[in-house]
Amino acid sequence: MVLLSSHASATFVFGFGFRFEINLMFVLLGFVQLFFSYFKDLVGREVTVELKNDLAIRGTLHSVDQYLNIKLENTRVVDQDKYPHMLSVRNCFIRGSVVRYVQLPPEGVDVELLHDATRREARGG
Amino acid sequence: MGSEEESAVKEPLDLIRLSLDERIYVKLRHDRELRGKLHAYDQHLNMILGDVEEIVTSVEIDDETYEEIVRTTRRTIPFLFVRGDGVILVSPPLRTA
Repeated sequence: MVLLSSHASATFVFGFGFRFEINLMFVLLGFVQLFFSYFKDLVGREVTVELKNDLAIRGTLHSVDQYLNIKLENTRVVDQDKYPHMLSVRNCFIRGSVVRYVQLPPEGVDVELLHDATRREARGG
Repeated sequence: MGSEEESAVKEPLDLIRLSLDERIYVKLRHDRELRGKLHAYDQHLNMILGDVEEIVTSVEIDDETYEEIVRTTRRTIPFLFVRGDGVILVSPPLRTA
């Protein structure tokens, strides 16, 4: 499993020189980016993103980047009565900094893997 | 890595490292509190918690008596990613020894 292993991701993209350098840089600096890797593995799953202004959006995770910006597809607002102006929004990009919570699908959480990755990151960081 | 080094608290984040897989208390901005099992964290205090109970405290003013009414709303969430920029404090589990 590629998940959460900085070394694995470095070898994984070895063929693409530029990406490799960036990944290697993260490894060397200790920026292993646990949650970035974690969310990348959640792509395709249903999540609920709760924003700092209390708006909660449910949708399929399309992609994520190093800032934990999130792109959702097939979105629907959880409380549609309160936010009717969001009814027609089907896709959206969410700036990482406005996220308060992300509710995760229980089957998408491998507890042991998370513990190991966190310990590894705590040592390197 | 020896077990002695594993358990030493040398910097603040070590305290949180020792709380991995334990129930912790997290105080967040805007009168929010969480209790849940810590599954992952990073240096920003982004976290993944399991079996989370969220408590939101709000204060309303009664229209007639102008008394403050404190309301707490509770809900539980199976697995939750918490963005670190909202975190005020993290407290390890209470050891009932």
